[in-house]
Amino acid sequence: MTPRRKRFAIVGGVLVAVGAAAALILNAFQSNLVFFYSPSQVAQHEAPAGRSFRIGGMVENGTLQRDGTNVRFVVTDTAKSVPVRYTGILPDLFKEGKGVVAQGQLEDGVFVAREILAKHDENYVPPEAAEAMKRAQQGKDQKLAETVVPSPNAPDIRPKDVR
Amino acid sequence: MIPELGHLALWLALGVSLVLGTMPMVGAARGRLDWTALARPSARVLFALVALSFVCLAASFAGNDFSVLYVASNSNRLLPLHYRITAVWGGHEGSILLWLLMLTFWTAAVAQFSRHLPDAMSARILAVMGWLSFGFLLFVLTTSNPFDRLFPAAAEGRDLNPLLQDPGMVIHPPMLYMGYVGLSVAFSFAVAALIGGNLDASWARWARPWTTAAWFFLTIGIALGSGWAYYELGWGGWWFWDPVENASFMPWLVATALIHSLAVTEKRGSFKSWTVLLAILAFSLSLLGTFLVRSGVLSSVHAFATDPKRGLFILAFLVIVIGASLALYAWRAPSVGLGARFSLVSRETMLLGNNVLLVVACGAVLLGTLYPLALDALNLGKISVGPPYFDTVFVPLLTPLVFLMGIGPLARWKEAELPDLAKRLKWAAGSAVVATIVAIWVHGGIGIVGALGLLMAFWIVASVTTDLVERLQPPAGTRVALLQRARLIPRAMVGMMIAHLGVAAFILGVTLVKSGEVERDVKMEIGDTTEIGDYVFTFRGVREVPGPNYRAAQGTIEVSEGGRAVATLHPQKRIYTATQAAMTEADIDTGLTRDLYVSLGEPVANGAWIVRVYYKPFVDWIWGGCLIMGLGGVLAATDRRYRQRAKKTVRTDALGAVLGTT
Repeated sequence: MTPRRKRFAIVGGVLVAVGAAAALILNAFQSNLVFFYSPSQVAQHEAPAGRSFRIGGMVENGTLQRDGTNVRFVVTDTAKSVPVRYTGILPDLFKEGKGVVAQGQLEDGVFVAREILAKHDENYVPPEAAEAMKRAQQGKDQKLAETVVPSPNAPDIRPKDVR
Repeated sequence: MIPELGHLALWLALGVSLVLGTMPMVGAARGRLDWTALARPSARVLFALVALSFVCLAASFAGNDFSVLYVASNSNRLLPLHYRITAVWGGHEGSILLWLLMLTFWTAAVAQFSRHLPDAMSARILAVMGWLSFGFLLFVLTTSNPFDRLFPAAAEGRDLNPLLQDPGMVIHPPMLYMGYVGLSVAFSFAVAALIGGNLDASWARWARPWTTAAWFFLTIGIALGSGWAYYELGWGGWWFWDPVENASFMPWLVATALIHSLAVTEKRGSFKSWTVLLAILAFSLSLLGTFLVRSGVLSSVHAFATDPKRGLFILAFLVIVIGASLALYAWRAPSVGLGARFSLVSRETMLLGNNVLLVVACGAVLLGTLYPLALDALNLGKISVGPPYFDTVFVPLLTPLVFLMGIGPLARWKEAELPDLAKRLKWAAGSAVVATIVAIWVHGGIGIVGALGLLMAFWIVASVTTDLVERLQPPAGTRVALLQRARLIPRAMVGMMIAHLGVAAFILGVTLVKSGEVERDVKMEIGDTTEIGDYVFTFRGVREVPGPNYRAAQGTIEVSEGGRAVATLHPQKRIYTATQAAMTEADIDTGLTRDLYVSLGEPVANGAWIVRVYYKPFVDWIWGGCLIMGLGGVLAATDRRYRQRAKKTVRTDALGAVLGTT
């Protein structure tokens, strides 16, 4: 091969490889995207059936039921609610009245969660959960949202036991 | 007084960094030796001032000075002293100060060990690092001052995030930052060379040990973070593809590409512009990682800073640094030249393949990390990209990478022959296949991906062995003792082999834990047992134990194998006094071939608990592999060659040349 054709082969090979890799990546990306829906959207049947998605909001007070490792609770965005079922151990920061994000699928109107996400500290509301409640608030009582969503910009630095 | 002293030191450092950024640069351009001579002392003073400031902050923590806002937010009287010291980097302001300390440390190190460089070159490198320090000092002083006072002073501090009260967190951030910031040295070398227009093989030789050193710290830092997540988050996972993890993984991928590309630039003079581009990219990704983690745009455990002003500052800094360096690159790179030609089949081509694959992998991670953020920022909806995406992408990208890893070191520079390579590697390929089949036969069903993983690991081991055996063969017609031949293999080459073996150990660990792990959440009454394989776990109840700044419910779980006691595990559920935060502390029985991992869920009635019981085969090989990679990096970075040239005594070792040095 002439040097020119060699170089052409190298450049061509790299381009083909990168092209194939890009196709692979974009395909994997497309089929593994997980969309987020608020309880209101789920109530309006906007969420896909048979595909995994995320739901976020607040764990409604008094709805948490435990039976061994089976857990049931209700996620609300203060406008609409969705019942959630989960099997396993809940994260340390999972509490009634606190924000939660769950990933799973809808089955007969019940959200069957495969994963409960709570990798955050107690002052921190997962952005998805905050978003769901913000959306639900649009046109609704604003004060309620403020009691639910502590402002992330002004964390209370004072300890609880400081007078 | 101490906090004010620390604050003052930072302002003085700002002034010094300005001097370091300008005078030597101008001096190098005009040939003024008296100006370039300012570079080294300024770099040292800069480091001393930032170190003083850091010590002041640590002293405020040690002395429980809750009149300092940052101390009050991240510490507590009940916190043991060693965690009060490490709480210095437990929050945003202190982390940035640690970043800065590392940056000025690397600057001082370059000042110390760059005497063999031309005067103008070292002056330019230090000046670029001075500008970086200036940017970060400005950031600390304008948006993230750790010495801000709280008035009136708090009686008690708010305590350190319990997740961070752990030995792993003591060393993970400093190591990771050493790696992140260490890439600034390669970046500064690249920018200085672009400005000076002297990009040649000796430039690559100077940059190599620094880049490898930074890569070492980054590797260890990431491994420590992964290990911490494994035992501290209580989920038993070792990598979550969390944006914060990706933020450290992306610079690692590019830095790995960079150390390979630097080898080509040094040995063959090729890939020059590409190497420079990688050096710029690697540090840019470090800055991007800092932006992602520090600006609070992410939702994860590290996101303890949420202040748009800070995010905007880092973003602006990011744009200036990346924009300016890429503009400089576009302007100067065309004059760099192409370097030596090479054939279609040659070590250069293999390393080019390695570089393309690593950069594509980095691109895939970047897409998965930034795309959801971009959509969110544009209000186009919220999405997330989970582990399945990354898993799907990485297996096909890593397979050819590992294949090339076996061939590359055996291929000749400039021109290699495929039939020759095939002949030399046929034993390696054969034994890898046989080993895989035997392993599957012994181990049992492992799946296609599992078999591929085993094959990759064995292929690396077999090809490294082939490489070693070939290098130990005496050249035709000579007789040299085996030990002497072994000693003649350059240390950098040994480092490479060890690092590649580390990759094999890592792949083996990932493969076996993915295919053989058993995770079980069970409700256990006192005396209940649960079995995983031959292991029997018996729950002996939970009792309350006090801690220094928490109280804990501590479970007792006995593990036996075939009637023989293996371990007694004590997982804890802690409630921290100051924050009332709950924390799960797993207990792990570590072994060479498996971990037994137990953590507590919630209490149920009558002393029964939900217990999480995991069996993780070969999981420690993941971090062991990273440590081996790091060891290889240390050996490579400390090769005699780099120091020898420093003394300007180029000794040509005839036999070494025959055996082929890299």
